[in-house]
Amino acid sequence: MTDQRSQAEIVRKSLKRRYRTERRFRLYGILAIFIALASLFILFADIISKGHTGFVKTTITLDVTLDSGMMYLDDPTDLDQWSSADFKAPIIAALQAQVPQAASAAEKRELGRFLGTFADSEIRDLLTKNPELLNTTQTIEFPTHDRVSVYVKHADNPQYSIKLSEQQQLWVDELLQKGIIDTSFNDVLFSRGDSREPANAGVLGAIVGSLLTMLVTLAISFPVGIAAAVYLEEFAPQNKLTDFIEVNINNLAAVPSIIFGLLGLAVFINLFGMPRSVPVVGGLVLALMTLPTIIISSRAAIKSVPPSIREAAEGVGASKMQVVLHHVVPLAMPGMLTGSIIGMAQALGETAPLLLIGMVAFIVDVPDGLFSSATVLPVQIYLWASSSEQGFVELASAAIMVLLTFMIIMNALAIWLRKRLERRW
Amino acid sequence: MQTANLLPLVLVLAVVAYGLAYMRSRAVAAPLGGIRNLKALPFYYAARAALWCAIPALIVLAVWAGFEDKVIQGIVIASLPPDTWPESAGQASLILSQISNVAAGSLNPEFLPEHITGAASLLEAMQDKSGNFKAILVVLIAVLGATFAWTRVAPHINARKNVETTLRRIFFVCAALAVLTTAGIVFSVFLETLRFFDRVPITEFLFGTSWSPQTALRIDQIGSEGAFGVIPLFTGTLLISAIALLVAVPVGLLSAIYLSEYASKRMRSTVKPVLEMLAGIPTVVYGFFAALTVAPFIRDLAAIVGLEASSQSALAAGLVMGIMIVPFVSSLSDDVISAVPQTMRDGSLALGATQSETMKKVIFPAALPGIIGGILLAASRAIGETMIVVMAAGLAANLTANPLDSVTTVTVQIATLLVGDQEFDSAKTLSAFALGMLLFIVTLLLNVLALKIVRKYREQYD
Repeated sequence: MTDQRSQAEIVRKSLKRRYRTERRFRLYGILAIFIALASLFILFADIISKGHTGFVKTTITLDVTLDSGMMYLDDPTDLDQWSSADFKAPIIAALQAQVPQAASAAEKRELGRFLGTFADSEIRDLLTKNPELLNTTQTIEFPTHDRVSVYVKHADNPQYSIKLSEQQQLWVDELLQKGIIDTSFNDVLFSRGDSREPANAGVLGAIVGSLLTMLVTLAISFPVGIAAAVYLEEFAPQNKLTDFIEVNINNLAAVPSIIFGLLGLAVFINLFGMPRSVPVVGGLVLALMTLPTIIISSRAAIKSVPPSIREAAEGVGASKMQVVLHHVVPLAMPGMLTGSIIGMAQALGETAPLLLIGMVAFIVDVPDGLFSSATVLPVQIYLWASSSEQGFVELASAAIMVLLTFMIIMNALAIWLRKRLERRW
Repeated sequence: MQTANLLPLVLVLAVVAYGLAYMRSRAVAAPLGGIRNLKALPFYYAARAALWCAIPALIVLAVWAGFEDKVIQGIVIASLPPDTWPESAGQASLILSQISNVAAGSLNPEFLPEHITGAASLLEAMQDKSGNFKAILVVLIAVLGATFAWTRVAPHINARKNVETTLRRIFFVCAALAVLTTAGIVFSVFLETLRFFDRVPITEFLFGTSWSPQTALRIDQIGSEGAFGVIPLFTGTLLISAIALLVAVPVGLLSAIYLSEYASKRMRSTVKPVLEMLAGIPTVVYGFFAALTVAPFIRDLAAIVGLEASSQSALAAGLVMGIMIVPFVSSLSDDVISAVPQTMRDGSLALGATQSETMKKVIFPAALPGIIGGILLAASRAIGETMIVVMAAGLAANLTANPLDSVTTVTVQIATLLVGDQEFDSAKTLSAFALGMLLFIVTLLLNVLALKIVRKYREQYD
């Protein structure tokens, strides 16, 4: 009796400590979840804060007099005059008219540094298309140089270094007040390919490249993945070969993606002599990489179709193949689609294998076919993120936002499909 | 004709064959009193015709297109005068690109030796001939196949069986593609690795402690022999992976425990998908975050404390990689924790244990093998991860355990060695394949081990 009481006493005494441990344990759990969610939040916040300025472009709008004497050009259709023509002179003159205090040659040169590298080619292109505009005055919008847009957008951000002299900063402030230098939505980002100049670089080339690559990946991995899943679930005999295939698929799902890049390099490019940097090879490599994901999720979808469906179909005289193709596959299709979309989203974000098959090349043109050189969105992000020019950091973040938008859309589609179409048996 | 144009042509032919065979089967059936007197539905006769038309033609097309360039290149090289034959693979590819540039008209033939321009015209002629011959052969085979199927539209032939058997075989080939991929990885990477070990002894590769893959460009250069010791790369990989696991295991495991044992259903159903978002974010985004935000932050923080941190510290890459693999650890541990039978939980609670005591003393030990399996899988992910380390870790192969130093990893080296143009017979390029082989073997072993542990454990409670 006394013994029992003393034991109860011990328990009661220790209760406080045990409850404290219990509370501490719960706290650890909450803390862990908090850390994970906070890092996700910080990641998004960081990218948005870095990238939102990527959607803004800085431009100089000037009334440029396309004076033939100033450009040393009296006939825009005469190609021989082009090499010696000075297309930049009228722009600088127009700029100087807005900043009259910059009169000396040195100061004019300083002003000229406000313009993007391709400002003169804009005039040249304009005159090529419309030769009659020579000696008229046109209002033209030019992209500013990176240093001006960094100053305009990030003057108070310590992470950026301002590369304008005090004098230049005063001029830019003045032009900003006059509305000559202005910011607007960066339509260049969505209408051009890559460029050496941040102001002229866009993600359109990369988006088209990604779409072409995904097209190849989908065209291969979806039918092959479903066929493989159907075989393994419905037809495969229980033998060593089947086991071997299954083990292979499971292992392939865990092989690092860069190994698939090595495979693509050694087999598609070296053995078959396919060209580098093209969407076809990228798509093939990504297809091999996503195949296990699609097979595994399709098998799960096929497994979830109840046997009663199969038995009923067999009961009315359908052959095995008819049972599968007419009943099981259509019923499993929502699950298969969901798995495939998730696999495609993974492939869309994949970078490493594409580096090895040469999709990192600097490509200005928007690709126009499966066999034209292309890059993809994640590789473009990688290229811009490793660039030394300041303006590319915000472009990389902006491109990340574009990529994440695509991925969110795909995942939302997968969730919607699952909710909408998947049947619970 | 281009392969890209032949492919739709074959498909069109297959559709035509389908239509013709369909009509033919109905025509055959009509005098017999309708299609029910055929052994199979008209659909099957038609499908068989389409398959006969398309499959042989596509196989021939694939083989031809796959080896066309190689064969033509070989013939063109062989046509060169013997004294200009290339001595190495690099030289051969240089000559070939010269020839093809002349053939494409992008290189002025005036300034080139005659044997190059001659080879260029041969190349052009060969390509033309091959293209034409390919087109004729493919179309011929397609038509022959369709004709054969057409003659086999007869009431006593069971086309359904043929079609079903063929489909089944196609399905099997699709499933076997996984084996083919593995075989492709093993053979291609393995062969290049063997070539690498011809130049660099395997012991030096496995046990060497310095890595600098720059080999001499010219034979007479001195001092740039190249060192291919994999140990600094492996310690770098292990250091970053260890940091990643130090972050991911506690965070992932504790959040899985909280979500499965304490959280309300509503919290579980909102927090879990958000956590899984971490796994869906592309690795290049994590790389960007690590290189441009976390690494400078750690460098500044270390400077405040008075330490010196590299701007490409292992810590930055490891921390971010850890965040990336949190969902792997948490979802895998969640699975094994909920697989522990409820009776064990009830038993422990009935004895008066608190929830945390039940967790720590009963459920956790029971789930431990599964959790270890999950951690091994996460470790194999961390070792094979490329983009984060390419962007945030360094290139210098330092043999160090200091997380504030810059280290390099196996994947970084593979990526840097193989990006851009490279010739395929230098030890530098081949070493990337040896590294790939090593990476493949290590991750494979980890996975096999992990799956074995998980499976064995699952059987215990099922």
